[in-house]
Amino acid sequence: MFPPALIAEAAVNGLLAGAAYALVALGLTLVYGVLHIVNFAHGALLTCAMFAAWGLHAAFGLDPYLSIPPLAVAFFGLGYALQRWVIGPSSHGDDGNTLLVTLGLSIVLENALLAVFRSDTRSLGGDAGFDVVEVGPMLLSYPRLVGFAVALVTAALLWALLSATDTGRAIRAVAKEKLGAQLVGIDPRHVYAVTFGLGCACLAIAACLLLPTFYVNPRVGNAFVLVAFTIVVLGGMGSIPGALLGGLFVGVVESLGGLFLGDSLGQLGIFVIFILVLLFRPTGLFGPRA
Amino acid sequence: MSARDVLPGLMLLGLLALAPLVASNAALNFLLSSLIVALAAQGWNLLGGYAGQLSFGHAAFFGTGAYATAILQLRYGVNAWAGLAIGVALGALVGWAIGFLSFRARLRGSYFALVTLAFAEVLRILANAFDLTGGAAGLLIRMAPGAANLQFPSRATFLWLVLAVVAAVLLLTAWIAGGRLGARLVAVRENEDAARALGVDALRTKLGAIALSGAITAAAGCLYAQNFLYLDANIAYGTWISVEVLIACVLGGSGTVLGPVIGALALHGAGEAAKIALAGIAGPVPGIDLVLFGALLILAVAFLPQGVMGGLRRAARGLAR
Repeated sequence: MFPPALIAEAAVNGLLAGAAYALVALGLTLVYGVLHIVNFAHGALLTCAMFAAWGLHAAFGLDPYLSIPPLAVAFFGLGYALQRWVIGPSSHGDDGNTLLVTLGLSIVLENALLAVFRSDTRSLGGDAGFDVVEVGPMLLSYPRLVGFAVALVTAALLWALLSATDTGRAIRAVAKEKLGAQLVGIDPRHVYAVTFGLGCACLAIAACLLLPTFYVNPRVGNAFVLVAFTIVVLGGMGSIPGALLGGLFVGVVESLGGLFLGDSLGQLGIFVIFILVLLFRPTGLFGPRA
Repeated sequence: MSARDVLPGLMLLGLLALAPLVASNAALNFLLSSLIVALAAQGWNLLGGYAGQLSFGHAAFFGTGAYATAILQLRYGVNAWAGLAIGVALGALVGWAIGFLSFRARLRGSYFALVTLAFAEVLRILANAFDLTGGAAGLLIRMAPGAANLQFPSRATFLWLVLAVVAAVLLLTAWIAGGRLGARLVAVRENEDAARALGVDALRTKLGAIALSGAITAAAGCLYAQNFLYLDANIAYGTWISVEVLIACVLGGSGTVLGPVIGALALHGAGEAAKIALAGIAGPVPGIDLVLFGALLILAVAFLPQGVMGGLRRAARGLAR
């Protein structure tokens, strides 16, 4: 067996890694909660954001943490445009169609990146990704600590935006009662696009936080898609605190699973949780009962 | 089932059977892999097209068929034809099991799509990790040409075999579509609650659809294994096959008899053409065919509701007027 200190360290590191997962899941759950669609292109969009952050670093030497504001704005715009002019119109208001369109989008994005950048793996270079901070007896990864803090701040900002601003009120109105929102003069197409844009902005932030500890390649987003879906389902589709808690939980499960089962079977834990939750608690651990 | 439903399809397949007279070996190989995808797509069509349950994880059935054939031959010395039969049966069983778990839990729409994807991924990780399936190194089926081993020295014979299977499934699909089961499937697709109110046993109908669908797609997996004589977890249980069969159906026309076949041929034809066209300009570009696949999927959903077959039908109606 492993000494308790090692298990504790794995658990805490998992918790920190989970914050980045939570951020990816936050975007997904927001889009689901408002548009009631599952955005399959989420992983591919994350890959795009990671390539963008990597590109800014490679071209201008920009620190990924400093890329957060410009990339968040750029990806908000990208998400807005995608929902407003591609996903929305081509789905004809049918959920099955939306699923297919976002799947198509993910295939296009992922393989366009593959065609341009080939399947080579890229990283920031240097050893910044391995910096550690000593906390008591434990060694914690510095980039993950930053990620944890930024993820919490982002979640808090998002929550504040949804609960205290007019845009947030419009988003909640459309999510609850689309027709009613239309009657009071809210354009749901605009609100949908704004929501999708916010989801993509979360992704851009997550990408900048992940970059120091992850290699970038055109398929990197796939690793996060099912993890993010698992978190969203676990936390209850559309629930922001649920996504946060779910993300932290999945981070710990993955870290401990990797410790006990080895890396190749470690991923299995997440899928098994995903299937079990879908089958037995589709409203999530924290969501309302079915 | 009327002759009008199946005649164009059978004529098309008959025409393809003449290909070995004129086509090169490379062209035959291309046709073979397209037809194997077409067969897998015919399986998807029953569940996704007629019953309206979008699956993102048909690799689960494809891989089960492929691995069953390969493992039975390699580890247990079972004859390849028997391996094919057992693979198909296992495909049906896996389909039924996944269906039983997810339909009983009332998963629909996106939830169902996600859970099928997760099942396929679990199988992929398991196949990648265990010795029985050859782990990450994969499985190599021993080359032993001979009709008894389901391996043929000439590409033409194998092509005819695959064409025969595709034709058989075409007839089966037309027969189902024209019968009571087809009517129940469509009723469940259009409005499950209303179908139930009319006395349709929705659970049983969907279970039948997914078992049949799994069996057909598993058959495609078996034929894939016999054609290439090699497989690993990322081929057999990889997302590529789940995605290709789905796009082939949506593009060709999901819920139509001939749609999956037309879709698979068109999809692979377009992909090959794009690869060749770009290779002339910029050298080989990886992933370019898939970019096209994804774009075609979006365009088909946006502008061709019922795919190519629906478009043809509308055009024919327009001409008749």
